[in-house]
Amino acid sequence: MDAASPQDAHSPRIALIGNPNTGKSTLFNALTGLRQRVGNYPGVTVSKKSGALILPGGVRAELIDLPGLYSLAAASLDERVVIDVLCGHLSGTPVPDAIVCVVDSTNLLRNLFLASQVAELGIPMMLVLNQVDVSRKFGVQIDTAKLSERLGGIPVVAASAWHGEGIPEVRAAIATLLEKKTRMPRIAWHACVQEALDILRSGLERAGAHPLPVPELQRVLFDTTTPVLDRIQCDAHAVERIVAAARECIRRGGFNPFAAEPVLHYERLKHVLDGVATTRTDGAHTFTQRLDRILLNRVLGTFIFFVSMTAVFASVFWLAAIPQGWIETGIGWLGNTAEKWLEGSPILQSLVTKGVIDGVGAFMSFLPQILILFFFVAVLEDSGYMARAAFLMDKLFSWCGLNGKCFVPMLSGYACAIPSVMATRTIEDPKSRLATIFIIPFMSCSARLPVYSLMIGAFLVPKIGTLNGGLVMVAMYLLGLIVAIPTAWVFTRFILKTRSQPFVLEMPRYQVPKPRDVLLRMAQSGWEFVRRAGTIIFAITIIVWALLYFPHADEVALSTKKTFVAERAKDAGKKVEEIEAILEKATREEFIAGQVKQTGKKAEEIEAALEKATREGFIEEKAKETGKAPEEIEEALEADGGDPKKNKLAAALKQHIALAAALEAHIEPAASLEKQTEAAFVEHSYLGRFGKLLQPVFDPAGFDWKITIGVLASFPAREVIVSTLGITYSLGGEADEESDDLKKAMAESVWTSGPRIGKPIFTIPVVFGIMAFFALCSQCGATLATITKEAGWRWAVASFFYMTSLAWVIAVLCYQVGNLF
Amino acid sequence: MKSQNIVTTTLPALSIGQTGRVVQLHTRRPVDQRLLALGLMPGMLVRLVRTAPLGDPIEVEFQNQNVSLRKAEAESVEVELLPATPPSSGA
Repeated sequence: MDAASPQDAHSPRIALIGNPNTGKSTLFNALTGLRQRVGNYPGVTVSKKSGALILPGGVRAELIDLPGLYSLAAASLDERVVIDVLCGHLSGTPVPDAIVCVVDSTNLLRNLFLASQVAELGIPMMLVLNQVDVSRKFGVQIDTAKLSERLGGIPVVAASAWHGEGIPEVRAAIATLLEKKTRMPRIAWHACVQEALDILRSGLERAGAHPLPVPELQRVLFDTTTPVLDRIQCDAHAVERIVAAARECIRRGGFNPFAAEPVLHYERLKHVLDGVATTRTDGAHTFTQRLDRILLNRVLGTFIFFVSMTAVFASVFWLAAIPQGWIETGIGWLGNTAEKWLEGSPILQSLVTKGVIDGVGAFMSFLPQILILFFFVAVLEDSGYMARAAFLMDKLFSWCGLNGKCFVPMLSGYACAIPSVMATRTIEDPKSRLATIFIIPFMSCSARLPVYSLMIGAFLVPKIGTLNGGLVMVAMYLLGLIVAIPTAWVFTRFILKTRSQPFVLEMPRYQVPKPRDVLLRMAQSGWEFVRRAGTIIFAITIIVWALLYFPHADEVALSTKKTFVAERAKDAGKKVEEIEAILEKATREEFIAGQVKQTGKKAEEIEAALEKATREGFIEEKAKETGKAPEEIEEALEADGGDPKKNKLAAALKQHIALAAALEAHIEPAASLEKQTEAAFVEHSYLGRFGKLLQPVFDPAGFDWKITIGVLASFPAREVIVSTLGITYSLGGEADEESDDLKKAMAESVWTSGPRIGKPIFTIPVVFGIMAFFALCSQCGATLATITKEAGWRWAVASFFYMTSLAWVIAVLCYQVGNLF
Repeated sequence: MKSQNIVTTTLPALSIGQTGRVVQLHTRRPVDQRLLALGLMPGMLVRLVRTAPLGDPIEVEFQNQNVSLRKAEAESVEVELLPATPPSSGA
């Protein structure tokens, strides 16, 4: 909201338009620098990029970067937005004061078609002949003065936005344009077109339609389908008859009504360009051609494609894990610090550490993946390789209603769905894009890995071996794809009503991506995610925290303690009072005090010894004492097979570590009680109660209430399942998928009620059911938030219900079918 | 040009490297609207550059630009074969 000052309210608005691949965004970045804002057009999910443009003389103008398009015949949402903006149909976006049309100077004729169409709107316009460095290399000479003269004196500036050439001239020309308001002359239509437009206007008027300006009448006349028709509030059949009559008039004039517009514009432009620009003398785009011979080669090209895609995937999957580790460490440190600070107030402590800080961490940890993926997306698109990738892969996707551009987002979905859903913006066809957004969450993202590892490691590897366990893991990764493909097929054929766009893809010239463009794209993607999805993710984390924390009744802690003490007393054959006394003393402080009494050492000494009571600490200390290198100590420890009976040093080490073990044993009762209390609180929380209530729903899949609570708690983020199981099995939230205690606890758990009483819960069918459930279920608040942002909340809701019900069905099938054997 | 020597075919039926002259487009289908906007019009030369490794789509060249199209969609472009090898760029 930096447009509040009265001067800004009147600042001129300039729209930047042009064909794709003309370097329009590079020009936009060169003109506005960092003074950019990214948002969405109201009601649609097309991103709106605008920036402040400082003109000579200090006038501040707003430059709007409109999506690239070839023609005003609106096929895609992007193209529709351009027309709506230029006609002033979008609320809050008045008609621009001037248009800067960017054209590729190596292909003037095709690029000027759009300019010629836009000229019909009667808005002051100028041309930027971009990429002149390339056209010069191609031997194309352009007489800009003559071109300007033929186009009614509109400013025509040759520039190379990549090299920063001609940028001051563009600025100056915009200032001139705003002052003189020169317009590109409209095409002199053939009489039959004029007549047809008249028929259309008067016909629609008589039918009582909302009156349309000429440019929009042209869309109704020339295009097979047009969004303009949605705006005429009028009987569709009547409109159809009138349009048919108008088209008949064009046909009588000797033109095909659906080809007349481009044919006539191109004819006009050929005259305009005659003697203005020389043709290419270089035998076409040789560098690009030569490179394509390699990159699109059947064998070599395919190989290079897979190598580069592997690099993209590996970066998003593994490279992103490094900064994610830093973020986690930072968040962990922040959590610990806050925990100490807020010791006095348990609710606040839990809210801040488990709600607020974890909530921030939850969306922060996606940033590295978003930045890295968008780095590659920007490089692939700006270099021109994205179109080649789509060309190579299209066949694999076309039969199920998608296209080659879906490859990159789907691939990166295997690392993380969030950046991938954002990256679907590279898919122009709205139908393929929506279908891709819908199936990306099925790709087995990295957050599913802990669930698979835990289940396979705990239950399958002991029974079927590591190798087969690995095969099951592969099968889990394929499961998502197996479900996704038919989904896309059904989705594009029967559910999505929008018409699929033809796959007509320009293969642009190869080009070195400009670092500034790449960085800006990364920064904007990251910022947009934080701004729009971040808040939702944060809110979900807080809500789930509250559901897991409250009511947090004291009775729960008291009754847990009572049971615990009674059990311990029975096991140890001691009195309840004795156990309670032990619990009282089961703290670190008491332990140290005890050691002080026993050994006569100072508390500080004990404290220091405890700090170092590890193998590493021992080696370090010995190295300091003896002045030897740590490696030598290490070696000495290994002597005599490291046997403490023969090796004195090893015996000393054993003693050294024993202190830590003694502390562990001392505080064990209290720690166990604490974990059990934590489990009891979760069980009696709102979410826990809800999980128990909902258990019958998951009963056909063989899930007990603990699994059900885990499933519910992991709806915002599926990786939470492992720590939730850790808590419910009284092992604390720190348990991870490698934890042997957790595996053991799960393997030993049995049904405590119902018809299966006494039987193990985690049978093989249940294990497969859990894995399938987590592979397919929509358990990621961040993904849903991103889908909401990219496609609207309806799609997010649809995705949630589709995935979740499918997951349930498959989990039930696993259990029911598995139990037949 | 003698009319009996002219063989018309569809764009994807050209062999790789072959150039054809556009006779007509279907014009009612969205793909043709897009091609017209790109300047592919009757009378224009168009060359089939290559097919994708999986057999579809195809890459064609016209008016100094390379465009990729699906075979099924390019079928609506009717071309006549030129008697000799292309006068235009490349090969």
